[in-house]
Amino acid sequence: MASTAKAIEPVISAAWGKPQSWTLDSYRQRGGYDGLKKALEMAPAAIIDEVKKSNLRGRGGAGFPTGLKWSFVPKDSPKPKYLAVNGDESEPGTFKDRYILENDPHMMLEGIAIASYALGVHTAYVYLRGEFKFQAQRTQAAIDEAYKAGIFGKKMMGKDYELNCYLVRGAGAYICGEETALLESLEGKKGWPRLKPPFPAVVGLFGCPTVVNNVETLASVPSILAKGADWYAKLGTDKSGGTHLVCLSGSVNRPGVYELPMQTTLLELIHDDKYGQGMPKGRKVKAVIPGGSSAPVLGADELDVAVEFEALKVKQTMAGSGGVIVMDDATCMVRSLWRVARFYAEESCGQCTPCREGTPWQTRLLRKIEEGRGEPGDIDMLSNVAASIAPYPPIGLGNTICALGDAAALPTHSFLMRFRDEFEAHIREKCCPFGDKPWGSYGDWS
Amino acid sequence: MAEPLFTPEEQKKFDAGIAEILSHYPPERKSAGMLPALRLLQELKGWLPQDGLRLVAKQLEVTPERAYEVASFYVMYHLKKPGKYVVDVCTNLSCSLWGAEKMLAYLEDKLGLKAGEANEKFTLRETECLASCGTAPCLQINEDHHENLTKAKLDAILAKLP
Repeated sequence: MASTAKAIEPVISAAWGKPQSWTLDSYRQRGGYDGLKKALEMAPAAIIDEVKKSNLRGRGGAGFPTGLKWSFVPKDSPKPKYLAVNGDESEPGTFKDRYILENDPHMMLEGIAIASYALGVHTAYVYLRGEFKFQAQRTQAAIDEAYKAGIFGKKMMGKDYELNCYLVRGAGAYICGEETALLESLEGKKGWPRLKPPFPAVVGLFGCPTVVNNVETLASVPSILAKGADWYAKLGTDKSGGTHLVCLSGSVNRPGVYELPMQTTLLELIHDDKYGQGMPKGRKVKAVIPGGSSAPVLGADELDVAVEFEALKVKQTMAGSGGVIVMDDATCMVRSLWRVARFYAEESCGQCTPCREGTPWQTRLLRKIEEGRGEPGDIDMLSNVAASIAPYPPIGLGNTICALGDAAALPTHSFLMRFRDEFEAHIREKCCPFGDKPWGSYGDWS
Repeated sequence: MAEPLFTPEEQKKFDAGIAEILSHYPPERKSAGMLPALRLLQELKGWLPQDGLRLVAKQLEVTPERAYEVASFYVMYHLKKPGKYVVDVCTNLSCSLWGAEKMLAYLEDKLGLKAGEANEKFTLRETECLASCGTAPCLQINEDHHENLTKAKLDAILAKLP
């Protein structure tokens, strides 16, 4: 399809791919740290109000309004306050924060400085997933530059405000992207999520008030201060300000990270020349996961929907972390779900019984069906197991401490709702109808 | 007498590294340095030997059991000595849609190892999503990332490993 989707001036990705875009010099030439300069002339409460007015919503998965989250931090607490940056990007289909860290880490660091000043934070920890070796090097180099330039350290751009910023690398655990597991990990423990309440804003890192924000969320903050909350809010919808990064992967001709207006539909994202450039030759869309592998899957006839929190909520699915995974009509849905289920079984932390026991159970049933050993009753059993972890719809009924339980059950529920006949065919024919080619048009490696 | 864990050179790096790590946390929260400290130990030794875990625990003022608990929770820590090259292949959904399962089969064949097995030179593992779904398939060799892999590209990468 030709390029008809509404384009937008990029806010976050403007410098990506440009020479030396990750350096402080490059960032300053583009007006970098102007937002912080402006923030330092404002009262902290006014900054929080500005972020509230911008309608910025968290980009880590839950879409919680950022300004509101900031306002939950008690102002009169005698304890120190902390900012924890969630760069544990691990939700399958999600790879946007990686590009921010590689291409423009100062945009995130400026967001950290603004947030810290607004919240009264003097220590910020940037938690990156352990596998981000190169991204950690880039980020550390940028942090070092920021110290040298007098942005971090004893003074903040000349103002008497101390902020220290430390990079911490995880060590391979999806669960540490869950904010309370991240805090446990930052405290030097295994990543076992905490019961909420209390929420981290009140009892977070080391028992102190803590804000946990995603990398993209913080990278969105500088432009809100520099250009104004109204400008930012108007870029988006009534309930969600700004642009957002969407990660397109799977069976499309041009996978990648695209910065989109909130109004862009899944159909446009997949087919428009600016974005996915359509399906492999002769193929049609069969299924799309719209917000990372935990988001309920959509069928081919449900794609005329904006890739955005509210619009996807109406379809009982979610925009999550912005990971759109496309499967073409030569892809086996049982095999796909089995692979997703295996991920959650592998990454379950083992704390809650429904998830610890249920996720491997789902995996065993799916393997059995995919390998042609399925029996009548297996599909109902699979559905029951998923419902024991987390019933659906709606989203959020999980019987577990954290949302990993929901994340593991939602794919099962939604694949069975939309593609049950394919699961039945596997059992009936006692084999996978796709034979040794279950992965669609690009699944053959050479 | 048992061989010492560190050479004098390694000992110096370990001590300096621990001091730097501890400076990032409140003085009464030494145990928070566990993940970076384990990473430091692994960078020096290539894995996490038991006496190393005990030493980390001592420095952070926690029990050795705590160090072991953390080390065994995270997949990037090696509690057994791995091959010289640890190859982590992502086979998650987006990568499999671009041939990752076939790439893993090719590697198993080429290295003479099944996923999960190791020899002197290689540890071959299936791993979970590496946040590289738009440049699939991908893998990491000793944490160095390689993406958009074709057979030719992968062969060239493996051929360059000493």
